[in-house]
Amino acid sequence: MADLDEVFRREAGPCTATLIRVLGDIDLAEDAVAEAFTIAAATWPAHGIPPNPGGWITTTARNRAIDRLRREASRTDRYLAANRLQSDDMEPAPNPDRDDLDAFVDVVPDDQLRLMFLCCHPALAADTQVAMTLRLLGGMETPEIARVFLVPEATVAQRIVRAKRKLRDNHASYRVPRAPELPDRLHAVLAAIYLIYTEGHTATAGPSLTRVDLSSEAIRLGRVLAGLMPDEPEAVGLLALMLLTEARRPARTATDGSLVRLADQDRGRWDRSCIDEGHRLVRACLRRNQPGAFQLQAAIAAVHADASTAAATDWSQIVALYDQLFALRPNPVVALNRAIAIGELEGVDAGSAALDDLDAAALDAYQPFHSGRADLFARAGRGADAVAAYNRAIELSANPTERAFLERQRDRCAADPRP
Amino acid sequence: MAQYLVSVWHDEDYSTVDFSQPDMQRIGAQVGALNEEMQTSGAWVFGTGLRPASSATVVRTAGGEVSMTDGPYAETKEQMGGFWIIEAPDFDAALEWAGKAAAACEGPVEIRPTDG
Repeated sequence: MADLDEVFRREAGPCTATLIRVLGDIDLAEDAVAEAFTIAAATWPAHGIPPNPGGWITTTARNRAIDRLRREASRTDRYLAANRLQSDDMEPAPNPDRDDLDAFVDVVPDDQLRLMFLCCHPALAADTQVAMTLRLLGGMETPEIARVFLVPEATVAQRIVRAKRKLRDNHASYRVPRAPELPDRLHAVLAAIYLIYTEGHTATAGPSLTRVDLSSEAIRLGRVLAGLMPDEPEAVGLLALMLLTEARRPARTATDGSLVRLADQDRGRWDRSCIDEGHRLVRACLRRNQPGAFQLQAAIAAVHADASTAAATDWSQIVALYDQLFALRPNPVVALNRAIAIGELEGVDAGSAALDDLDAAALDAYQPFHSGRADLFARAGRGADAVAAYNRAIELSANPTERAFLERQRDRCAADPRP
Repeated sequence: MAQYLVSVWHDEDYSTVDFSQPDMQRIGAQVGALNEEMQTSGAWVFGTGLRPASSATVVRTAGGEVSMTDGPYAETKEQMGGFWIIEAPDFDAALEWAGKAAAACEGPVEIRPTDG
């Protein structure tokens, strides 16, 4: 049954999220879901996939977990004691009677929201938040996560074990944060999802430029989040940004696998349905007039998507959006992108001047800073400066496809020493 | 309800701190106000500042013999300058108190759940 893997992928997060609320414990919920999946793998091929696979998995998992807790009375006591994760009192569905094994437990969408906030708790380190999110919401196994981030399996396993223990020891609640704390907490969730997306967009290492599985998982999570928090324009903005960036994927690599930069991409290969959805979302969130960093970046991506050719790009609008973004997030990376846009709008000299104003020390370890400078130098006819900047960018790139692209650019500058 | 240790940390040796200085007076007033807020809301279990780490003594026993060493247990520059034990319904509520404590002390605090 080929669909089985896909069903498991899709249902693992929602089922685990609901089981954590029902059972009050992350480990117990994970074990129970794994057990239910094993039973499903044994019975579904013969009986067919049930009409509500999530509800089937959740109910089976709950019943198995309670059976097991009964067999191990000491564990029951342990889990029923104070250690149980507390959920808020605004339950979308009442806690089902833990002993009523006939009761059907359906997946509650809000539980995924609770789980996102738990995984991305600000008391956890950023890479731990990402690992927890991929593991609990994305249903990814520890070795898979370790491969993605090129860290030893034991490191990921230890991060996850420690995070779960920390949340339990600290009596972390299983709830959506209250309004006053929501902006900060939501930002952590958005940042983690975007980190998963960007890792999928340009893999830190590994032979290929992108990792489609990670990007699509990030977009799936972004959809869940935007669907459950439609009144949070930044959540909608993040989804729009990911879709508009994703739309360019088919054109980002040539047939030989090499990288094609935005200006040279065959725009006919962009995914129109992604662009249309992204545009719709950008318009919807900007109408709320609460601009945020993700909405502005999405708006910039939308301006690029609007241009039928690179030359037709509305750079004045892009510079204006970068000005707004810089006012919100005055960091050197935003300043760099703004400088490059100024170079496009006002010419190479203005771009170089804007680049010269940047805090070079803060950007020295940032690859796009050097490739951006190199590009401007090359166009300004400063061949030697361009080669030096490309060399630094090449040093900083860990992705072979990206490095090959930068090397080609550098060699072209070196071969064409314009005055 | 769960209990947490909220400890205040100093990066520098504070045995030389002059408590009559205006900034120390300000911090003292802020901490006093926070103590009151904790007591009114029921979060307060206990809290106090500590004398400098140089006044600490480490006590050990081996084979029934008690031995003592002058100075704090951890030979680091960073030392605990005071602490609270607070009671809170959950982690996020406790973190909110920790945030207030850091603001009142104008320095980092560490929050750690108790075993109870």
